[in-house]
Amino acid sequence: MYSSEMKYSKEHEWISVNKNIITIGITDFAQESLGDVVFIDLPKIGTSISQFKKFGEIESVKAVSELFAPISGKVIEINSEIENSPEIINQSPHEKGWMIKVESSNLDEVNKLLTKEEYMKII
Amino acid sequence: MSNHPYIPNTDKDINQMLSVIGVESFEKLISDLPKHLLFPKLNIGNGLTEPELYNHLNIISKENFNLDEYSLFLGAGSYKHYIPATVNSILQRGDFATAYTPYQPEAAQGTLQSGFEFQSLVSRLMGMEVTNAGMYDGPTAFAEACLMACRITKKNKIGLVNFFNPTIIEVLKSYIAYKEIEIIEIKEPKEKIPEDLACLCIQYPNFFGSIPNLDEFVNISKSSDCLSIVHTNPISLGFLKSPGEYGVDIVTAEGQPLGVPISYGGPYIGLFSCNQTHIRQMPGRIIGQTTDIDGKIAYTLTLQTREQHIRRERATSNICTSTQLIGLMVTIYLATLGPDGIKDVGNLCYQKSHYLANSLRNIKGVIIENKNEFFNEFVFSTPLRPSFLNEKLLQKKIIGGLDISNIINNGILICCTEMNTKQQIDSLVSSIQEILNDNE
Amino acid sequence: MNNRDRILLMDRSIPTRKAFNFPSSDVPKQKLPNKNILRKKISLPEISQLEIIRYFTNLSRLNFSIDSNFYPLGSCTMKYNPKINEEIASFSGFQNIHPLQDSKSTQGAIKLIKLLQEFLGEITGLKGVSLAPLAGAQGEYSGLLIARKFHSSNNNNKKNIAIIPDSAHGTNPASAAMAGFDVMTVKSDNSGNVDIEDLKKIINEKIAVFMITIPSTLGLFEPNILKITSMVHKYGGLVYADGANLNALLGLIKLNDLGVDICHSNLHKTFSTPHGGGGPGSGPVMVTEDLSDFLPSPIAKVNKASYELFTPNNSIGKINGFHGSFGILVRAYSYIKSLGSEGLKQVSKNAIINANYIQSQLKNEYSLYSDRYCMHETVLSASKQKNKAIKGLDIAKRLLDYGIHAPTMYFPQIVDEALMIEPTESESKETIDNFIETMKNINDEISNSPEIVKSSPHNLPVKRLDEAKAARNPILKR
Repeated sequence: MYSSEMKYSKEHEWISVNKNIITIGITDFAQESLGDVVFIDLPKIGTSISQFKKFGEIESVKAVSELFAPISGKVIEINSEIENSPEIINQSPHEKGWMIKVESSNLDEVNKLLTKEEYMKII
Repeated sequence: MSNHPYIPNTDKDINQMLSVIGVESFEKLISDLPKHLLFPKLNIGNGLTEPELYNHLNIISKENFNLDEYSLFLGAGSYKHYIPATVNSILQRGDFATAYTPYQPEAAQGTLQSGFEFQSLVSRLMGMEVTNAGMYDGPTAFAEACLMACRITKKNKIGLVNFFNPTIIEVLKSYIAYKEIEIIEIKEPKEKIPEDLACLCIQYPNFFGSIPNLDEFVNISKSSDCLSIVHTNPISLGFLKSPGEYGVDIVTAEGQPLGVPISYGGPYIGLFSCNQTHIRQMPGRIIGQTTDIDGKIAYTLTLQTREQHIRRERATSNICTSTQLIGLMVTIYLATLGPDGIKDVGNLCYQKSHYLANSLRNIKGVIIENKNEFFNEFVFSTPLRPSFLNEKLLQKKIIGGLDISNIINNGILICCTEMNTKQQIDSLVSSIQEILNDNE
Repeated sequence: MNNRDRILLMDRSIPTRKAFNFPSSDVPKQKLPNKNILRKKISLPEISQLEIIRYFTNLSRLNFSIDSNFYPLGSCTMKYNPKINEEIASFSGFQNIHPLQDSKSTQGAIKLIKLLQEFLGEITGLKGVSLAPLAGAQGEYSGLLIARKFHSSNNNNKKNIAIIPDSAHGTNPASAAMAGFDVMTVKSDNSGNVDIEDLKKIINEKIAVFMITIPSTLGLFEPNILKITSMVHKYGGLVYADGANLNALLGLIKLNDLGVDICHSNLHKTFSTPHGGGGPGSGPVMVTEDLSDFLPSPIAKVNKASYELFTPNNSIGKINGFHGSFGILVRAYSYIKSLGSEGLKQVSKNAIINANYIQSQLKNEYSLYSDRYCMHETVLSASKQKNKAIKGLDIAKRLLDYGIHAPTMYFPQIVDEALMIEPTESESKETIDNFIETMKNINDEISNSPEIVKSSPHNLPVKRLDEAKAARNPILKR
């Protein structure tokens, strides 16, 4: 499930990079520890987010966690399907359960994230 | 030693238990407590047996005037209405009264389903989409609604349209103390509304009993780009159009008139309703319908991530009660009255208070201060000081209205409910006439 | 359970059925206001009187309650709610008085408030008492506003930090945030005490208040309490005690003697008033005499042989509509009066013995966060059972099958798979022995037939619920 193409953050988000467009989601480990996701609060399109700062919230039945941006940039797309059916995050965290796409302002930030091997060590 | 009726362990039990624990004395178990401070003298007196207790409290209770011998015309936030026998009969059931908050839904479907009924019936009464399971009382529910509006709009000015019960404003002030939130009093909704209000609030009927124009109020709120909050008397809503029909955003109320005894001011219940879009910013408990793993319909506390036990300092409120048992009284009251009963009680309050007002109008020197339509309460004044007039009425076994001479010169806020008979009203009117004549 | 019990009121409604009629008006017909402001239609259930009684009676039978079940819910003090208190609270002289009546006509009510203020002052040693708060959380909020106002009246406006142990109940930080404090968390050490070294690191002149639950949420008495309170005082802070666990201390020790400046007490826990399925509660706030001028309104006092209510000069103001949860105050007063000084001491003594008895007998099957004698409750951990893929939740649900209410679960959050058990003094040795045996049985089941435990409860009106569904697509009314 964990792809070497992706990079990971210590706060359990993954990113995949396509030129300067970055897709962000939470890892399988994160969805597993949260349990059934019931609600997600994502930023609006056009919002700027900054690396390692809060950009949203995710809720399970009895827990709420903050989402931290693995990278800075402007939000250009959000996954509206997971807003209506948050269970997709549990079913397919690394694919259908992606959260937002951002236009990166500084691709060097990607280097501050973990590789698959580094991430596997911390979970 | 013989046992207290509430403590079953005998000396023999205690000795056995201590020996199983492996200590020779109780004191060993509390060795973490500073020894020099242990067993302070407690000046509480000896315990009483049940008959002694009954007598002792019966005597204290009789040091209050017995309202069965008086007629009551006092309202101002607490109203004496008839409570159908169904309410107390169910309330006596220990299965409801001695249960805890329904954290184990499988063992609390009674509490949960009746709480869901509360949310349903109160939503219907208010004309709103969603109601929470209950707040402490009316004023605190209103204060929490203002805080909720500040959270939703991310603004910090609360506009209060005249006239609110001063107690409600005092409570709101305690709730916003040390927060950067400002209260702005607005005399007339038509006057220029300050910009960047979080919410515009109105009491319906207002403190003086008058019925404000909610159409105008909601339009002004909408054009000022803020939320509208209405604090209402729920017993009026079988008679008056509901706040929901006007498109109000948040409605709060003191639930006491709906089947709860006046009981010297509590316990009461705050009612809190809003529209579905704002539920995640709502304070308090919410009960939702779901199914069990076999697909059977069942009820559970839901949207709990808003609450203090999960979100801690970022919670929507610190409240951890829903005043559930009082909510049950409200539920049974509404179910017992049904649509006709709730219309009738509102109409009776209206008829009787207007009969009183129209009778008082005929007395020389009495002025009815309300210029607008009113519901079950209104303000009148006489040349006499209200405290003097009430004192004289009390001698005639009448508890008069609330002295509001600090707001309106010689003003008295007076109330009628369906409990006031024509005879009581006539006797109040003739007594006032008499007192005025005697003191001309 | 009959499936008809689950049919909601609106779905039972049949037009023209009635449970109640009002008499027609006895006054001459009055002119109605403009039709535009009158309600046209209201949709409420139309049901016969018997059906209402039967519906709610049958619903009540779906509940566990103290009257029907052992209810060892930790930190909730589910003790017996004496029936005489219900009868007394329903005396017409208590129930049938309006809160705004002249004090001359309510001398009994104000006297009772005054007497209960004195009792609570005596029990905690904190002599300034206001019975106004309507619940523990409101007592807490009042106490914190008092701390704020005290500091600002001394021109110490920089004091804006509330320090709270990580074992605290979520209400503590939520109330502190409402009162505008910045919240800092102090860690607990391995034995469940406040980590003094961590506290030393955090504490500075900006501390306004230190909030501590006594005994702690782990059911343990903080052995360093005197050291902690004097450290807080040294930095000019006030000590706030969350009195949720006061049932452990009655007549054993006074909070004020420990250096506490402010506390609240939950009358629905320690003083036996019914929990009502989630309220009404009552949470009086008690303070030292120095702070009593800040108490919320109203306070009862005696003035020339007559009782009256007043608002202290520097009061934080009104925190609710009237004088507090008066009906609850009557019950709590009646409870204290029934026990007297000696009885109150026996309450705490028996509560502590019962909890330790359970702890000593279950600590082999379940693990202990800290192997010390506990106070009125014990926190077990189902960490061993976790290895067999059984969670604390499963054990809790299985207990329901045996007719015993589940302990408090997953709290305090610092304990893995916490099961917090508070038997109270109300329960007999036989009930407690049965509980211990049941817990051991469940542990055997976990080894022998774990599926039974995992899929429990089996004997209740419903099985485990789909709580995710309830939160994803909220259905909140009919």
